[in-house]
Amino acid sequence: MADKRVLVVGGGLGGLSATMKLAELGIKVDLMSLTPVKRSHSVCAQGGINSVNDATRQLGDNEYKHFDDTVYGGDFLNHQPPVYEMAMWAPKVIDLMDRLGVTFNRTQEGFLDRRRFGGTLYKRTAFAGATTGQQLLYALDEQVRRWEVEGLVKKHEMWDFLGPILNDNGQCVGAVAQDLFSMEIKSFKADAVVVASGGCGLIYGRSTMSMTCNGSAASRCMQAGAKYGNAEFIQVHPTAIPGADKLRLMSESARGEGGRVWVPRKPHDSRAPKEIPDSERYYFLEERYPEYGNLVPRDIATREIFDVCVNGGLSVEENRQCVYLDLTHIEASELNRKLGGILDIYRKFQGVDPCYTPMRIFPAVHYSMGGLWTNYDKKESGGLIAGSPKNQATSIPNLYAIGEVDYHYHGANRLGANSLLSCIFSGLFVAPGLETLLSNQGPGSVAAEQPQSLYDEAVKKQQERHESLLKQSGEENPYLIHQEMGALMTNAATVVRHNNQLEEAIGKLADLKARAWKCSLSDTGTWSNQNVLFTKAMQDMFPIAEAILKGALARDECRGAHYKPEFQLPGLTAEDPAEHRRQAEEWCDKFEQNIQKFLKTSVSTYDGKDVTISYEDVDTSIEPPRPRFYGLVGAEQISEVWQERKKKKKEAAQAAVTN
Amino acid sequence: MIAHANKPKTFFVKILRQDAPGKPSYWEKFELDYEPELNVISVLQKIAAKATTAGGQKTTPVCWDCGCLEEVCGACTMVINNKVRQSCSALVDKLLEDGREIELKPMSKFPVVRDLYVDRSRMFNALKKVKAWIPVDGYYDLGPGPKQSRGDQEMAYPLSECMTCGCCVEACPQYSKIELTPNVGETPEEFEDRKVDTFNRNFVGAAAISQVALFNLNPTGKMNAGERLDALTEEGGIQVCGNAQNCVAVCPKKIPLTMSIGRIGRAVTFNTLRKWFDRPAKKH
Ligand SMILES: Cc1cc2nc3c(=O)[nH]c(=O)nc-3n(C[C@H](O)[C@H](O)[C@H](O)COP(=O)(O)OP(=O)(O)OC[C@H]3O[C@@H](n4cnc5c(N)ncnc54)[C@H](O)[C@@H]3O)c2cc1C
Ligand code: SF4
Ligand code: SF4
Ligand code: FES
Repeated sequence: MADKRVLVVGGGLGGLSATMKLAELGIKVDLMSLTPVKRSHSVCAQGGINSVNDATRQLGDNEYKHFDDTVYGGDFLNHQPPVYEMAMWAPKVIDLMDRLGVTFNRTQEGFLDRRRFGGTLYKRTAFAGATTGQQLLYALDEQVRRWEVEGLVKKHEMWDFLGPILNDNGQCVGAVAQDLFSMEIKSFKADAVVVASGGCGLIYGRSTMSMTCNGSAASRCMQAGAKYGNAEFIQVHPTAIPGADKLRLMSESARGEGGRVWVPRKPHDSRAPKEIPDSERYYFLEERYPEYGNLVPRDIATREIFDVCVNGGLSVEENRQCVYLDLTHIEASELNRKLGGILDIYRKFQGVDPCYTPMRIFPAVHYSMGGLWTNYDKKESGGLIAGSPKNQATSIPNLYAIGEVDYHYHGANRLGANSLLSCIFSGLFVAPGLETLLSNQGPGSVAAEQPQSLYDEAVKKQQERHESLLKQSGEENPYLIHQEMGALMTNAATVVRHNNQLEEAIGKLADLKARAWKCSLSDTGTWSNQNVLFTKAMQDMFPIAEAILKGALARDECRGAHYKPEFQLPGLTAEDPAEHRRQAEEWCDKFEQNIQKFLKTSVSTYDGKDVTISYEDVDTSIEPPRPRFYGLVGAEQISEVWQERKKKKKEAAQAAVTN
Repeated sequence: MIAHANKPKTFFVKILRQDAPGKPSYWEKFELDYEPELNVISVLQKIAAKATTAGGQKTTPVCWDCGCLEEVCGACTMVINNKVRQSCSALVDKLLEDGREIELKPMSKFPVVRDLYVDRSRMFNALKKVKAWIPVDGYYDLGPGPKQSRGDQEMAYPLSECMTCGCCVEACPQYSKIELTPNVGETPEEFEDRKVDTFNRNFVGAAAISQVALFNLNPTGKMNAGERLDALTEEGGIQVCGNAQNCVAVCPKKIPLTMSIGRIGRAVTFNTLRKWFDRPAKKH
């Protein structure tokens, strides 16, 4: 197998872990990235990475509970066998990272320290200061550098993946890419291609993501025929610092330590915040949720902040949406002791000290749960068959996807500290499957046997696109089109979604798309032309943007991050016990009908012109779906009815077996 | 707190541009409307969208490097008003406190690719030279890593925050620019080899020395401490450092570079002596 090669596109946590594992198996890897891999977006992750551990185990935690929290948090849209396998591996993944030298925080006895994250009762999260992602990425980067020295890995940094190359049988046999400096377009032969290109936040203009998270690689696979799953599921974080260039994350712990969220009652009150008396401040979370106050769950906080600004018109500033997150009532010394690290980010980037002036924050697009559709090979006993080439395979043979760009781990909503895990896990897990694939590849399907014309043709096609872009004349400016697209997507498809707005947005997106092909470039040069690279990436955002909007329009329900108030199942209203019970029964009926109809993966495909949506069943074979109740009136009664039904079903199933 | 009052209606950005390696550099000036809360990255984004100089001439967008926009990836380093730093955390309001103009230049110790974009591959090469990794047996499950004290973790963590940004070497008087061009008849592979060889014979810089300190602290990394120290004894190693301490003053992550250099300097001396005494005795 010595001369077989795998091309890995992307050197974040996903791509690097796949690369090092492949190299360990003796497989040669070409590793491609837009940036030096050490600068990949994964460096941004602050919080940590989850696994069951010896301490939580003794409190009753186990891998199954980690699995259950993940699928419950994901509103059961996750495919369960891969999630189950990931939870089983999580402790081993963290052990490995520990061995690789990640500077995890320690307990006084020298064990890994853990903290608690949202969506669970256990302290599962290992962390390295406030830079866990950076530390994990560096450990993997170092291992890959080691393999580079050994000669098993060849890096192609500052290359833009332009698309997979498929042979006549529709198998992926390599890729075309472009050098960001020389602008040379070249083909790469590969017996398998693994896409690990991360999220697509830039489709929303600004997000908490890095400048490379433009979704271009995923879109180019989609344009080559790959299926894209659950596009409409985009996680929005409630508190980010709006910046002209980026929306930087402000951790939830600011509210945890007593931060209060408010807006002036008078729209865009021009007084300095400290001069606005309490009676003229609207502490909307505290007023609307007297019980939880500022610490309502993430999705609710996000929705309320959005509502107060967008529907209530009460944004602090007139030209920009934001609310105050106020810590100034707490002693500065205490704030600096407990929140120093995150307050520094605010000081550094806003030049304002949150100890004395309330922060201005607004929700921001943070994570794409959806991504390239991927397969898996399931084991009867739950989990996956290790070493099967079906795991992480996209719908194009020999093309794989891992990390944030795949779709099946996080369902409708990702839990904090679970993404770093899914990235590293999917990277490590895909490697033995690829080993099997490569050793079983029949004649005709290996890259070395493909006609050279196939590769030349692919290069030629990309060369033509490139040149026609340089020559193109028109009125449009690619940067302004991108800004418009960002505004359009942010308004229609983030926190609260309405069908009329989505329909309108689909129309506007089509107009924008037509304009995107009429851009004239201000740089027509042939050396390090960022203008043309940006324009290509921007044009390639359209298929995914369209998939997000169409997926959201078709999904008439509320699930995880996808919230359509029109289709929310209302809480129970009746006072009379019998009526209350009847309403709960009705609620459960509706919930079951909803499962029948919408507990489905949305699958987007692109025919070169339009995106079409179809649906596939979700594998919920391990843990049956159950309702999520955050803040629902009548939750107890509904839960009781639901438990009774579950019991009955179980009895019926057992009876069927014994008969 | 930065006052937004008394800010000019517009401000100027002067950029040292260069179209490609080996081409002459030239200044270009841009005028932008003042807005509160801009940073240098958003200024460059606005310049890219407008692509017009202060004199109203059409020009090409300025080329620059960036990634995270939160000062953790190290990509966006440049020289801003004569100070090397990250452009994402350089706030316009602060910069304008000293005048109406902001000056941007590429780092001077690396070859310019174009405009403000430089090629820092020499820094990544240094990480290979000093074997900056933990040589684990493999990636199969072998249980947890060695236990470590809180004190050790607290010593290692700051070192592990190095983002290879290059500020330290930009400020270092002992680190000089290497810019090579392919010779006639040289294959790309031969050129690459010559480049690596030249890099290896010149100063590794403070960042790489500090990485040796990091890996030699790690309980597993320690086992190969000698190899890393050997690499720093070779040409271009730690002996080049003149102890000017410029590096530590500019590191955005406040990494205790001079402490690393001191510690590794002593370890290198000890390592050399030990090897000298361990030489097999000459046969008579
Ligand atoms: C601010 C922030 C904080 C977070 N905190 C946490 C946390 O605490 N815990 C957690 O679990 N998750 C967290 N996440 C999520 C997590 O960081 C990401 O999901 C994860 O790092 C993604 O890793 P990846 O390997 O899939 O891709 P990335 O790290 O995004 O890497 C993508 C790679 O693909 C390359 N690439 C992309 N397009 C192309 C192309 N066209 N051609 C060539 N190469 C290409 C890039 O150069 C890069 O190397 C956070 C996210 C953000 C934004
Ligand atoms: S040591 Fe500091 S200045 Fe030098 S590369 Fe690392 S982070 Fe940058
Ligand atoms: S102490 Fe050494 S490495 Fe640092 S600036 Fe001075 S000469 Fe350079
Ligand atoms: S863009 Fe990453 S450090 Fe500035």
